[in-house]
Amino acid sequence: MEALESWMPLLTTLGKGALVIAAAVVVSIIFKALLVAVLPGEGAKVMRTAPLTASFGLFIILVYALAGIFAPWIAPYGEAEIVSTSFAPPDENLILGADQLGRDMFSRVIFGARNTVGIALLATSLAFLMGAVAGLIAATRGGWMDQVLGRSADVIMSIPSLIFSLLLLSIFGSSMFVLIIIIAIIYAPRVFRLTRAVAGDVVVMDYIEAARLRGEGLWYLIRKEILPNSKAPLIAEFGLEFCFVFLLIAGLSFLGLGIQPPTADWGSMVRDNATLISFGEITPLIPAAAISLLTVAVNFVVDWMLYRSSGLKE
Amino acid sequence: MTDASEHKDLLLKIRDLRIEGYSDESWVEIVHGINLDLHRGEVLGLIGESGAGKSTIGLAAMGFTRDGCRISGGSVNFDGIELTKQSKRDLRKLRGVRIAYVAQSAAASFNPAHKLIDQHTEAPVHYNVKSRVDSQEDAKELYEKLRLPNPQEIGFRYPHQVSGGQLQRAMTAMAMACRPDLIIFDEPTTALDVTTQIEVLAAIRDIVEQFNTAAIYITHDLAVVAQMADRIKVLLKGDEVEEADTATMLSSPQEEYTKSLWAVRSFRKPQKSRPEASSSEPPVVSVDGVDASYGKLKVLNDVSFDVYRGMTVAVVGESGSGKSTTARCITGLLPPTKGTIRFNGQELPSSYKNRTTDQLRQAQMIYQMADTALNPRIKICDIIGRPAQFYSGLNGAPLKTRVEELLDLIELEPSQYYNRYPPELSGGQKQRIGIARALAAEPSFIICDEVTSALDQLVAEGILKLLDRLQSTLDLAYMFITHDLATVRSIADEVVVMKEGRVVEQGPKDTMFTPPHHDYTDLLLSSVPEMDPNWLTQLLEERGV
Repeated sequence: MEALESWMPLLTTLGKGALVIAAAVVVSIIFKALLVAVLPGEGAKVMRTAPLTASFGLFIILVYALAGIFAPWIAPYGEAEIVSTSFAPPDENLILGADQLGRDMFSRVIFGARNTVGIALLATSLAFLMGAVAGLIAATRGGWMDQVLGRSADVIMSIPSLIFSLLLLSIFGSSMFVLIIIIAIIYAPRVFRLTRAVAGDVVVMDYIEAARLRGEGLWYLIRKEILPNSKAPLIAEFGLEFCFVFLLIAGLSFLGLGIQPPTADWGSMVRDNATLISFGEITPLIPAAAISLLTVAVNFVVDWMLYRSSGLKE
Repeated sequence: MTDASEHKDLLLKIRDLRIEGYSDESWVEIVHGINLDLHRGEVLGLIGESGAGKSTIGLAAMGFTRDGCRISGGSVNFDGIELTKQSKRDLRKLRGVRIAYVAQSAAASFNPAHKLIDQHTEAPVHYNVKSRVDSQEDAKELYEKLRLPNPQEIGFRYPHQVSGGQLQRAMTAMAMACRPDLIIFDEPTTALDVTTQIEVLAAIRDIVEQFNTAAIYITHDLAVVAQMADRIKVLLKGDEVEEADTATMLSSPQEEYTKSLWAVRSFRKPQKSRPEASSSEPPVVSVDGVDASYGKLKVLNDVSFDVYRGMTVAVVGESGSGKSTTARCITGLLPPTKGTIRFNGQELPSSYKNRTTDQLRQAQMIYQMADTALNPRIKICDIIGRPAQFYSGLNGAPLKTRVEELLDLIELEPSQYYNRYPPELSGGQKQRIGIARALAAEPSFIICDEVTSALDQLVAEGILKLLDRLQSTLDLAYMFITHDLATVRSIADEVVVMKEGRVVEQGPKDTMFTPPHHDYTDLLLSSVPEMDPNWLTQLLEERGV
């Protein structure tokens, strides 16, 4: 009996863990069935063959998107609103307790989805726009254009990204606009390299030669002939880069150079509440968990897309 | 060779073999109950179009199926062993030792990182058939039997250091390494030039005879199978059409389908001749003393020929002879280093970048591989519609009408194909779309680069007839690049023979096909397999090999 009791905490933890996983599986199955039912023809077929991890990932991303978009309506309090004493424990009003200034932790996590994810999305999109366009031009035109763009990308990539961003942020100040531009510049070369490689495989095809011989311009070649054939790996890469950008923003915020207070942001929330860890509280781990859950979810979806685009379907 | 006797022991017995393939989330039967008997020392030819299940059956004879396929019924009995019931481990012991496989592309099947002889000795050493030293000696012996040059040394080269025909023979030697009872040849000469094909065919036939090995010879080329096989089995869409001794099959095929296969090579169009010298009309395309090089390597040397309106000029030669390079010079993709290209008497800028839209429109191209020539992500209507829109500025309803007209012209039902994507079409249909795209520009000259060599014979004949019909209705000039002389015979008006970047001989087709020829033309012509089963034997005697 005594032996069993000493094992109880471990058993309950394991039990809870199993429960969470089971819940995740059930949610993914239901969500997948829902998507299959709702989506039209082709989409339903794609979803039916999708693995559970992919539908779980899609579900989490959807939840984050909804939380971000409808943050003011979902969150019970404002993100900068002081509603309690510092580090107040959770009660029926504050589901996750309060932070170091007495702001509602739950509301800030919700607003954090909007700020952190929103900025990461904007920065990644911008990086993709710059990188992909440059990559496509380099692959299609070749010659000196390829060299100039390629070497510029090498220069940016040769500087460690965190150091480079810290440097640029301390020069230009850390406003949200500057933050997005800097991150986009740092990540664009990676997109450039991938796009150039993928498009490089496409430009040697006979149909590109046929289009060139027809007298088509650069823009038509890129838009109609090359881009549709390089989309799949680019979309997958978007998901992956999004995770890196996201982690970089969280990291910068943790260092105090990213999103500035009182705007809620998961990275800085981890830092602000870090002291609580020594008292055995899990509060600082909640925004950290939000970061890792999204990263895992996005990677699940990206894995699935890579698998689909790689042609390894058997 | 031809007296396949019944009293030889039965080596392979396949009964009611059914194979399913996985597509669109369900299993579909692709081989519907095939029976097959093979005796020791006998060669069975499997022929049929692509999709007939030839390779699938060939692989099943080893107890193997490709990914996404499974044997769903029937039995494959190899010398008393039921292959469908063997474990993967037992099957693996059989393969390479008692059953061997020779693939279509030796270049793709050899590991480029290892020497030929090391790959040769791998199987015998692994299965403890021979020691490494014995096996190496044996390899050299086999190389000699297969008439590879320098048999003592050639094994120590890497695959990229020997030619395609030599590689295919080295692969046959490798299949022989453990003296298997059965070898499966899956289109071993399809990727080779006619002149190289002869050597490989002769080598394969000799060695199979010497070791009394049974073989299944898979091909789509009837003339080739006539040389190699004792018996022939004709397949269509996973069903057997008929089976008979080679001589019987060639002289009196029973089924309609077989007869149509036999008749394919009979298509001939009447030969047209050039307009009178007195008429002042210049040739549509005139290639005049063209030299070209890739970097420092000179690939074309003083190439000259003319293509007149409404006529077909066939450019023939082995791979590497500069046929396609000449086409690249005409289209302006590879500016010549010397010489000029004239179009209707007017000199063209050497690079396509400097040509006017109208000059570009006049010369169109049809490619060998329709798979890579059509963008898989663009709808048929846009693929065909784009040149019409680009050159004639058509849009909206007139454009739609024009595309439908073009689809009609290439004998594809517009309503059915208008909104589809290239991957949904068969090889022949894709090639037709490629033709429609060229026609959409309303050209006066079309370069056909090996347009039929990736297609089955029946489909290829359809394409040739279509091209011929289009030529007479639209008064087109064709430059027809090919290595297949049967195609030349059926469609050409004039022939240009190329070798190593030079024009060896040129003239009207009839003159070219009647002796005396230039030595090289003669070699090319005599190397084209004929349906006569004794052709190879006679030819080898004549050449004194």
